[in-house]
Amino acid sequence: MLERHSADVVVVGAGPAGVAAACAAAEAGRRVLLLDEGVRPGGQIWRHAVRSGLPRPARRWLDRVDRSGATFTGGTTVVDGAPGRLLAERQGQPLEIRAAALVLATGARERFLPFRGWTLPGVVGVGGAQALVKGGLDVRGARIVVAGTGPLPLAVAAALRTAGARVSTVAEQAPARAVARFAAGLWRTPARALQAIRYRATLAGTRFRTGTWVAAAEGQDRVIGVRLTDGRRDWSEPCDWLCAAWGLIPATELAAVLGCATRDGAVVVDGALRTSVPGIWCAGESVGVAGVEAALVEGEMAGVAAGDGPPRAGLAGARQRHRGLARRMEAAFALRPELRSVAEDDVLACRCEDVPLGAARAAGSFREARLHTRLGMGACQGRVCGSALEFLLGWEPPAVRPPVLPARAGTLLAMTAQPRRDS
Amino acid sequence: MTTLEPGVRIEVDGVPHAVPAGATVAAALLNAGVSGFRRAVSGTLRAPLCGMGSCFECRVRIDGVPHRRACMEVVRDGMEVRTGA
Amino acid sequence: MTAAAVTPDALVVGAGVVGAACARALAQAGLRVELLEAGFLGGGATGAGMGHIVVMDDSPAQLALTRASSGLLAELMDELPADVELVRTGTLWIAADAVEIEGARAKVDAYRAAGVAAELLDGAALAEAEPELRPGLAGAARVPEDAVLYPPALARWLAAAPGLRVREGSRVSALEGGGVVLEDGSRRSAGSVVLATGAAAAQLAPGLPVMPRRGHLLVSERYPDFCRHQLVELGYLRSAHDVRTASVAFNVQPRATGQLLIGSSRELVGWEAGVNRGMVARMLARACAYLPRLAALQMIRTWTGFRPATPDGLPLIGRWPRVPDTWVAVGHEGLGITTALATGRLLAELVTGAAPFLDPAPYDPLREPVVSG
Repeated sequence: MLERHSADVVVVGAGPAGVAAACAAAEAGRRVLLLDEGVRPGGQIWRHAVRSGLPRPARRWLDRVDRSGATFTGGTTVVDGAPGRLLAERQGQPLEIRAAALVLATGARERFLPFRGWTLPGVVGVGGAQALVKGGLDVRGARIVVAGTGPLPLAVAAALRTAGARVSTVAEQAPARAVARFAAGLWRTPARALQAIRYRATLAGTRFRTGTWVAAAEGQDRVIGVRLTDGRRDWSEPCDWLCAAWGLIPATELAAVLGCATRDGAVVVDGALRTSVPGIWCAGESVGVAGVEAALVEGEMAGVAAGDGPPRAGLAGARQRHRGLARRMEAAFALRPELRSVAEDDVLACRCEDVPLGAARAAGSFREARLHTRLGMGACQGRVCGSALEFLLGWEPPAVRPPVLPARAGTLLAMTAQPRRDS
Repeated sequence: MTTLEPGVRIEVDGVPHAVPAGATVAAALLNAGVSGFRRAVSGTLRAPLCGMGSCFECRVRIDGVPHRRACMEVVRDGMEVRTGA
Repeated sequence: MTAAAVTPDALVVGAGVVGAACARALAQAGLRVELLEAGFLGGGATGAGMGHIVVMDDSPAQLALTRASSGLLAELMDELPADVELVRTGTLWIAADAVEIEGARAKVDAYRAAGVAAELLDGAALAEAEPELRPGLAGAARVPEDAVLYPPALARWLAAAPGLRVREGSRVSALEGGGVVLEDGSRRSAGSVVLATGAAAAQLAPGLPVMPRRGHLLVSERYPDFCRHQLVELGYLRSAHDVRTASVAFNVQPRATGQLLIGSSRELVGWEAGVNRGMVARMLARACAYLPRLAALQMIRTWTGFRPATPDGLPLIGRWPRVPDTWVAVGHEGLGITTALATGRLLAELVTGAAPFLDPAPYDPLREPVVSG
């Protein structure tokens, strides 16, 4: 009954990092298995129902992975594992996957922070809105406000407009001078400068407000407006959708369950993308959010290393450049302290178990809050409230326990042997 | 924007809908005007937040199986979706 | 006078459900009580456990303690806050075959003789009571007064009793006659000290025969009405009590939230807290053998905890004569939630010199042959 697979190199996550890793390892002659929850390779950023809708570099990589000989297995959720071995679920059935080498490219997700009305239908993430539109959501004629930080809100606003939405405002929480200082440094990376200009051109008719963030979402059964604030005054804007998120955070759960060390919310890797566990590499956003170009370079490096292929020139240098940009970006778009006092104590912090922020705050730690309020004990396993409370209260998110994602009992009973200890 | 051809029929809370092939259940439900996907512990209705499988707000019953993430499932002809549980 | 300058009559070390129950009983006896906790209230085995109130009859002493405690809880039913989530699910002790049904029959007789409500269900009645159970089971002993609850909330409520002060984040590093030494080197003195640190108690009281016995649990998504009773295999009695070998037994609880809590396992592995996948797989295989459709249900989380185990399976309640004015209330294994109230009452009676409501001899920490060396 248990379906078994094995490969020389197994890559988890088929976003840019995973695709590049699978290409590199397959091109080195290894048998490669590329796994993803999505039905097609591409991850979140390259998630398109139709490949022709993608920018040229993305199409090039996806065509390359098609030709590389790597096997893509979509609709596959990895739920647990040990070094050399993964347990996954596909269409409700367990899958055991053995790998001589493992590349984790699990990407990132959005950081959400609570505000009054954030649980209303119609309040979605920034990348979340884009994912829904890529999944077929029709936003033609819809009034949308996008609020967040960094380059993603602008990119998403542009995509939403292309999809026919009326994006009235893009609110950037970072102050104008930080954004300007960052933009002035863009000449160092021409591709990004070009992208930024393209967004600006597409966005004629959309207000871009720096130093502005969400104070509350308005509506009874669904969002009908948003109250924005710049810290001095606040005002309402009507909207059918409010897209709000506060940057991206690395997805480290699988790495953590496999015993890989994490630090500051990211998987720890050395200069060759090796994690603390022998035989496991990690690349892309899960080692620190740095964008597509960094993910591609790191994926390629990790794929070459995991596939024991001949070293490729220039990758390490490129990685340093991309990571340098990411550090500048992180500094420019650091979350402002005022965001810590947006939500009142009666606003829910945990959306799975409906625990108000005040009840969470009364506990001294995530563990204590979990036990006494059930915060973080629901289906999302603390993914949403964990990163919120990390920012709001300085709490360390709790240790990850298997399964990495909710899984059927019938799947978990297929995991039969004790994992090796951390080395 | 993704171009999707209508081509799949699903049933949402007993009402038939024609939806584009390749769409996620989440997108199909939202296009059909569903705004409450699941009922939260305290009783309010919830709908997709993250759109990519990590927040679990879009859980619905699909073909009799509860707690499926609507954003992670692609519509299939004849699929039966139940919301509000 | 500052609060810290008041010398309490009793210090209770360890704010799990047993420590909290002892502290409450001492406070109700009129003592000024301080409850010292290294971490936070209910953060140890209390927070990791299943939370059942279940009368058990492995030995007369176990039956006496579990029955008394269940009765004390029943008296408090109306006072308990909603977050304790007490649900009188009853327990079904499931008999798989003709041999086990005789065990169920004997169990029903023993419970009735002790004044505990119990009835025998045949196979058909069992299938009707719990339709998700696999067909063909022989029957069950039904104990209707058994209950499930959320243990950390019970511990918190017990510790909120008047006359009782809780100090979380106070780690005790040594016991002295008439007081304790805290981690920071400071001393707290009191007329009596009660050690209630569960599986860790031997660290402060060398020679106390209590050790950690790891257990695993899983919790599911919400599936209200999947089952209504706490379900336990009758074979649990056999598998749970061989201290040396790792064992699993079928034990599923419906929680007030609609979630299912799935146990159980027992291993002696010291304080290793990691999840043993093999053990989880064995537990689930066992559970699915009884509840076939459980295989399709989503599990959200697995975790481990450490039961305080003793060689003979009975708790250690009474004076610890190796340190003057010191008492212990530890070693409740998997029955700490069930027996906390009776333990607290008995311990308080022993400390204050009142007539004990139960014969304390079977729980004496120095009983033979428990203590060696």
